[in-house]
Amino acid sequence: MTSIAPASTGARFVNIGERTNVTGSAKFKKLIMAGDYPAAVEVARQQVENGAQVIDVNMDEGLLDAVEAMTTYLKLIAAEPDIARVPVMVDSSKWDVIEAGLKCVSGKPIVNSISMKEGEGQFLEQARKCMDYGAAVVVMAFDETGQADTKERKIEICKRAYALLTGIGFPPEDIIFDPNVFAVATGIEEHDRYGLDFIEAVAEIRAACPHVHFSGGLSNLSFSFRGNEIVRRAMHSVFLYYAIPAGLDMAIVNAGQLDVYDQIDPALRDACEDVIMMRNPGIGPDGKTATERLIDLAESYKGKDVVAEKAAEEWRGWDVVKRLEHALVRGIDAYVVEDTEEARAAIFARGGRPIEVIEGPLMGGMNVVGDLFGSGKMFLPQVVKSARVMKKAVAHLIPYIEADKLPGAKAKGRIIMATVKGDVHDIGKNIVGVVLQCNGYEVIDLGVMVPWSRILESANENQADIIGLSGLITPSLDEMVTVAEEMQRAEMNIPLLIGGATTSKVHTALRIDPAYTGPVIHVLDASRAVGVASQLLSDTQAEGFKSSVSIDYEKVREARANKGQSDLLPLADARANAFPADFALKAAAPIEPGLHVFEEWDLADLAETIDWTPFFRAWELAGNYPAILTDEVVGESASSLFADAQAMLAKIIDEKWLTAKGVCAFWPAHRDGDDVLLEDGTRIPMLRQQVKKSRGRANFCLADFIDTQDDWLGGFAVGIHGIEPHLARFQAAHDDYSDILLKALADRFAEAFAERLHAHVRTKLWGYAPDEQFTNEALIREEYRGIRPAPGYPACPDHSLKPILFDLLKASDNAGIILTESQAMLPTAAVSGFYFAHPESQYFGVARIGRDQLEDYATRRGVDLPTAERWLRPNLD
Amino acid sequence: MSARETFLAEAAKRILITDGAFGTEIQNWKLSEADYAGDLGLTHDQKGNNDILALTKPEVPEAIHRAYFEAGADIAETNTFSANRISQADYGAEHLVREINVESAKLARRLADEYQAKDGRPRFVAGAIGPTNKTLSLSPDVNDPGYREIDWDTLTDVYKEQAAALVEGGADFILIETVFDTLNAKAGIMAVRQLEQELGREVPIMLSMTLTDLSGRNLSGHTVEAFWHAVRHAKPITIGLNCSFGATQLRPHVKTLAETADTLIMIYPNAGLPNELGEYDEMPGTTAGFVGEWAIAGQVNVLGGCCGSTPAHIKAIADKVAAMPPRTLPQLEAVTRLAGLEPFILPA
Repeated sequence: MTSIAPASTGARFVNIGERTNVTGSAKFKKLIMAGDYPAAVEVARQQVENGAQVIDVNMDEGLLDAVEAMTTYLKLIAAEPDIARVPVMVDSSKWDVIEAGLKCVSGKPIVNSISMKEGEGQFLEQARKCMDYGAAVVVMAFDETGQADTKERKIEICKRAYALLTGIGFPPEDIIFDPNVFAVATGIEEHDRYGLDFIEAVAEIRAACPHVHFSGGLSNLSFSFRGNEIVRRAMHSVFLYYAIPAGLDMAIVNAGQLDVYDQIDPALRDACEDVIMMRNPGIGPDGKTATERLIDLAESYKGKDVVAEKAAEEWRGWDVVKRLEHALVRGIDAYVVEDTEEARAAIFARGGRPIEVIEGPLMGGMNVVGDLFGSGKMFLPQVVKSARVMKKAVAHLIPYIEADKLPGAKAKGRIIMATVKGDVHDIGKNIVGVVLQCNGYEVIDLGVMVPWSRILESANENQADIIGLSGLITPSLDEMVTVAEEMQRAEMNIPLLIGGATTSKVHTALRIDPAYTGPVIHVLDASRAVGVASQLLSDTQAEGFKSSVSIDYEKVREARANKGQSDLLPLADARANAFPADFALKAAAPIEPGLHVFEEWDLADLAETIDWTPFFRAWELAGNYPAILTDEVVGESASSLFADAQAMLAKIIDEKWLTAKGVCAFWPAHRDGDDVLLEDGTRIPMLRQQVKKSRGRANFCLADFIDTQDDWLGGFAVGIHGIEPHLARFQAAHDDYSDILLKALADRFAEAFAERLHAHVRTKLWGYAPDEQFTNEALIREEYRGIRPAPGYPACPDHSLKPILFDLLKASDNAGIILTESQAMLPTAAVSGFYFAHPESQYFGVARIGRDQLEDYATRRGVDLPTAERWLRPNLD
Repeated sequence: MSARETFLAEAAKRILITDGAFGTEIQNWKLSEADYAGDLGLTHDQKGNNDILALTKPEVPEAIHRAYFEAGADIAETNTFSANRISQADYGAEHLVREINVESAKLARRLADEYQAKDGRPRFVAGAIGPTNKTLSLSPDVNDPGYREIDWDTLTDVYKEQAAALVEGGADFILIETVFDTLNAKAGIMAVRQLEQELGREVPIMLSMTLTDLSGRNLSGHTVEAFWHAVRHAKPITIGLNCSFGATQLRPHVKTLAETADTLIMIYPNAGLPNELGEYDEMPGTTAGFVGEWAIAGQVNVLGGCCGSTPAHIKAIADKVAAMPPRTLPQLEAVTRLAGLEPFILPA
């Protein structure tokens, strides 16, 4: 159909709001003439809200004191941060109005316009002033002899202006040429080429004058069809479709009055293309020129209201899926609620679920929007309108989706989403947000241009489970790295999802992932978001998924850098940067050394120590206890679950369903390199962080917390027994709810036991903190002195140390806990670990280690290399 | 070589050091009203009019300049933060604006030349221009957002008067500092441009923005990047941040600026945040440690101090970064950089 292939232009084309222009908006003119500035300020606000990236302010009206009106208005909008965030285009045909405006506008505005109309002297004087005021400038293709009409004149004048401007040091990137859009289809043959001349001139000037931009006023083009809005809109859209790929990068246009290229009636579109692009010049077989054919056709579009109503009636008669698509593509929200309801009712009638409305027709419509946008047939403001229609539809569905959900399965997780600072593109992010919400995630959307500080703040305030960053433009990539660095600095560990057109797995792996020790995952598109989020927040899959992603990214880094080891220190260097614990502070010898067995710890005592937050998480209820009970989203189901849990807890305690058995012991020990060596000769090898540290951070190893002589190490294992007959009972009764509830409570008892026993150790058995007084909340926050790292967890990642610990504790005899061949503990509700008492001891993640440490560790551990490799796989490259 | 060329040549070799606070140093002298007033016969109380000391007690600013040069400063900023017609009107001393600036610049020039002669290392004089206490962007009347206490032309004249006197006294550069209002800074740039035309030679500009909130905006609401876009036409020899916060708070914004500005970066933070008594108690080593991080990260070309910093701070900073390489300038694409309160880039 067309010979010129349009480039993907949606993101690069700048819409300049024209509603604050007295020559372009009758309404605005009326407000200014009446002195109703507050209402006039609202016009600017609406424009920015509707997506104008620059606002054009023009007060050229004969009856106005334009200087007064311009300065008054600019000062007023300067006081409105919502408006003043975008640059201003100071628009006047009079230089004194422009200059008065420049004295009130901060930031860097655009002057519209200057030209060589009055000769080179004045042109350059004004250009110099624009430079001194710090403004970009629109240069009209106008010289001493008049306005450039033909392609040759446009090119000649623009080239001359370019040479003059760059000659005085005017930055070429701050030049925006307006090569004059003139009316076509006027019936005068010389005017026929005006559209095409403009487009061709833009392409040539762009090639001859590096870095310049192009702007144009569209309304002139269709001047001869005034009164016939349908034809005018079609002409404007067709013109942009060809002019943008040629180099037109901004236009003063009312975005709401552009048609989507593909949606224009094909007969009209063809006729417009014939006229604008001169596709069939001369007189055709029907004896008519292209202009005559368009004029004929235009007749049928006259009286646009009738036609529009007809068109409206027509699409209202379509099938509901088509109607929803039409509404989304056209951005019409008038009927979307009733159409969405109709679609929902139909799906419900055939036994479907409300979510299918989103997954089906709505996403289908948004895909069409995405395709049109991607191929340059739809422009950004139109896409934003489509997104609004989508939101309305989704809002209607939310109550149904909520009601449809299984009990207790609300809010799978809370995801903070933001387009990073410096970037305004949020379509992709919004779509991902919608998809996630539709799949049961709570999405807190911070909007666009969000600085890292707000992202982190919001994540903390809302106890977010995931942060999702989006960006379309390349500088956003660096900003994402900054966010990751700041998350690292804030010692966060929640997953960071990266998405957006310019993001990639490679960049994520090379730049973002290394900046943050928590999980960083590149999400290719919205369809993957749910899968990624659900795996990250799953109790069972998260670790596997995170490590597979991190292994994957490590491979990318290796492949890229060809020397993936570069960010690891040699083991010797890492050791040289060990944590220098102050052993003057080390704990005294335990008051009651040796082994301590607890046959039956009081469950009522443990119940008081339970950390309920993970309990709710086990039920996919996000939020911290006790706030979760009053949480807006999950509060209701959390409260009801909590009540059930309390009831069962009472029974467990009263009827002694479960038994808490545990053991702990303390052994004289000292540090030997990176090993902890017990007096009985047992060697417990530890791993050291090898990732290169900055800002004076040490390369930690648990052995760093043990003195080279006269020190102590502790160990413990606790388990909750007796669950099986009760589970069998529930299973027999098909009572899954009670089954899961009991398992979850047993896990909580095991954790509470570990916490309670640790406190007992600190205050009594080891007794290094006899006077500590902590609330349960403080215990949960681990405010106490000393740590209890477990084998298989980040500070001590080798699961295979468990057998050593268990032998020392005789844990199977003393606490009834056994290990599977993969070192999982049975009963499953069990916790084990080492005790480190040094006040400076702290949790850390060993993270990636080098081959050198692997080999060294295998020797120290007394296993062969493949065995060591198997256990340490997640920490290897 | 012009002052700009010499400065750029020195900045290519090492991280340059500008001086520290004057106000807090002057307080240490515990001067009386009579010390400030001298025999100028002014009717207003002169206590606190630090800038007038150039005329009434020049040994005070001289001693402070000397202390900073001894500490290792390459640049002396003239003691003229409030030596403009608007601020001096509060002291009834607006007729002395030219004299204060000329004398202050002469003093700094004389000392800079003296220290340069001693060791051959170039020293520079930055003629400091404060923001005045009037703003072009904001209305002081909440009920009348369109009202302004001052207009562009008046402010431009005020700045020009001061800049002309500073240059007359021997300043190498005009330092438009503590920019809380971007439009004020733009008027300052216009003033220097007009002065250049009158003098028929270049007067290089240094610009330093001051943030008023931790998200990185100044009082007029501009982000660091938007500010850079708004003033890039000044072709400033340095751009940077000063005052308001300590180094810790400025850190992310220094990084942003270092990445986006293709000119030298000059940062002179306060010595931390004031304590409950309003005193700055960040130790020199601490400040040096913080600003040293920027040097390590290759983000700065000129370092110094603002409120609360002392010659000891400047010495600690100078010692810390002496062996560290200066930031190299990023090569920026020729794209159109516009700005409202936020930056807007039009791709090429």
